[in-house]
Amino acid sequence: MRRERLRVCGNEAVGPYALVRLGRGGLEPGVPGQFFMLEAPGRPLPRPFSLCTAPPGELGFLVEPLGPGTTTIAELGVGDEIHVTGPLGHGFDLDVKRPLLVGGGIGVAPFPYLSDRLGAPPAILGFRTAFHAEAAALVPNATVVLDPVLVTDALPADPGAVLACGPEPMLDVLAQLVPGPQLAREAPMACGYGACYGCIVERAGRYVRLCLEGPVVRGGTHGSPTSPFLQGTPTRDRVGAPAGQSPAPPAKEHVSDDASSSTVVG
Amino acid sequence: MSVPILNASGCLDALAAPEVARSLDVFVTKTITPEPREGNPPVRIAETEHGMLNSIGLQGPGIDAFVADHLPRLGTLGVDLWVSVGGFAAPDFTRCCALLDDEPTVAAIELNLSCPNVEEAPETAAELVSAARAATKKPLYAKLSPAQWDVAASARAVVDAGADGLSLVNTIRGLVLDALTLRPRLARAIGGYSGEPIRPIALACVHACATAVDVPIVGMGGVAAGLHALELVAAGASAVALGTILFSDPLAPGRVREELRSEAAARGFENALAARSIAVAGFEKSLQIASNSTA
Repeated sequence: MRRERLRVCGNEAVGPYALVRLGRGGLEPGVPGQFFMLEAPGRPLPRPFSLCTAPPGELGFLVEPLGPGTTTIAELGVGDEIHVTGPLGHGFDLDVKRPLLVGGGIGVAPFPYLSDRLGAPPAILGFRTAFHAEAAALVPNATVVLDPVLVTDALPADPGAVLACGPEPMLDVLAQLVPGPQLAREAPMACGYGACYGCIVERAGRYVRLCLEGPVVRGGTHGSPTSPFLQGTPTRDRVGAPAGQSPAPPAKEHVSDDASSSTVVG
Repeated sequence: MSVPILNASGCLDALAAPEVARSLDVFVTKTITPEPREGNPPVRIAETEHGMLNSIGLQGPGIDAFVADHLPRLGTLGVDLWVSVGGFAAPDFTRCCALLDDEPTVAAIELNLSCPNVEEAPETAAELVSAARAATKKPLYAKLSPAQWDVAASARAVVDAGADGLSLVNTIRGLVLDALTLRPRLARAIGGYSGEPIRPIALACVHACATAVDVPIVGMGGVAAGLHALELVAAGASAVALGTILFSDPLAPGRVREELRSEAAARGFENALAARSIAVAGFEKSLQIASNSTA
């Protein structure tokens, strides 16, 4: 496990998101779908982000500013420095035939690096608005759908090997529709390396830590359920929830704003 | 003589992050219960402005699987090992401690008498310590809650019951509401509050107990830097544990150890332990915590 203080070398707006680029230092980019814990200046806990871009010497993260933590990261300026730990967890299995990337909202975050490593396979990306969909420009060979059209509406009859990241409901539906998809899940997470037991998801009736078992898992692992106090939050609110980074289910997004508990990976 | 740096129980998995465990002087396991436990449903953690709440609920393999599967692997780490034990009644503590008593890799047992996220045992802390004491010769550290009016009285009671040391403090119950919905952010609403805001509470508990009993104290609660550790030592701790800081900084043990050394030196102390109890009037003690070599 490596942790270094990295310097911001760029921060560009991509629709409502910020693409925060850090000098790589001695950190490796890892496998697409792995994640990094980024210090959120002024907050007690770091936030998990999957790697978005990996140009030589850099690590790029797509950030949706939703709460104090993600906002402070999205507002980092060139020359600022933050501690970064990673890469962590298990990424996508790249040994697949006919890959198809399926993403929703901030769930496109791991796809630029993933697409690069897979040779620009086709992608289907769903967004809330055309403004959010500006992030699709980061992913080559992408078909874009906007609410109320869902990515699952746009799936081909024979989708091939699906690699997906996005809102939990989207991933749950994909797990039903597609055999053996690779799903980048998300869960509230304090540490990212198995210490806190916060990021549990349910698999075969057991709670497992997503940071160690995932964040990329096969179908059959169920996303971290929302607090029972929060059930009943309109599903629609969940669509477009940040998956590449923080507050997953927007219920939680508001809950903690990203304040934490809603920090997720994907 | 240096001040040993431990992890707070439940804040590190040595099998998932062995290099972090090896950077400690003692690794303390997550609390082990007699039976396997899935723990509490999510959402389990929530950040606050300056700390966090957790409601994990003692997720773990149970003592039998722990002894059979986890303990042999923990024994190869090359770091002193304490096992944290918990339960819901005195026989739970008896059973766990009896099973650990013959394990040479276990240097000490910490009794979690104060988990804020599960039902409390009906017995008093002292009765639970007595039950554990009867089952093992291992050094016993009683981990107490800061949420009591007279923690010193509790310290006296558990020491009288056979505790060899104290771990101070556990988390303290807290509640965080979502600003928009005004609903609890944790599935079980209440969680254990930890991090920098509880540091003065931990200091007060260590200070109170250091004047009340003559046993080693592992101080913990909001330690994020060497100065925080030195303050706990000044209040009477002879070892310091790191909790929440490990989540944001896995390299904290080495950093805090180095900072502790330099903070002590900057104040003219030969070593950090020389500052022990100077915040406690008229009190002199120098007791070492248990290690494999002394167990």
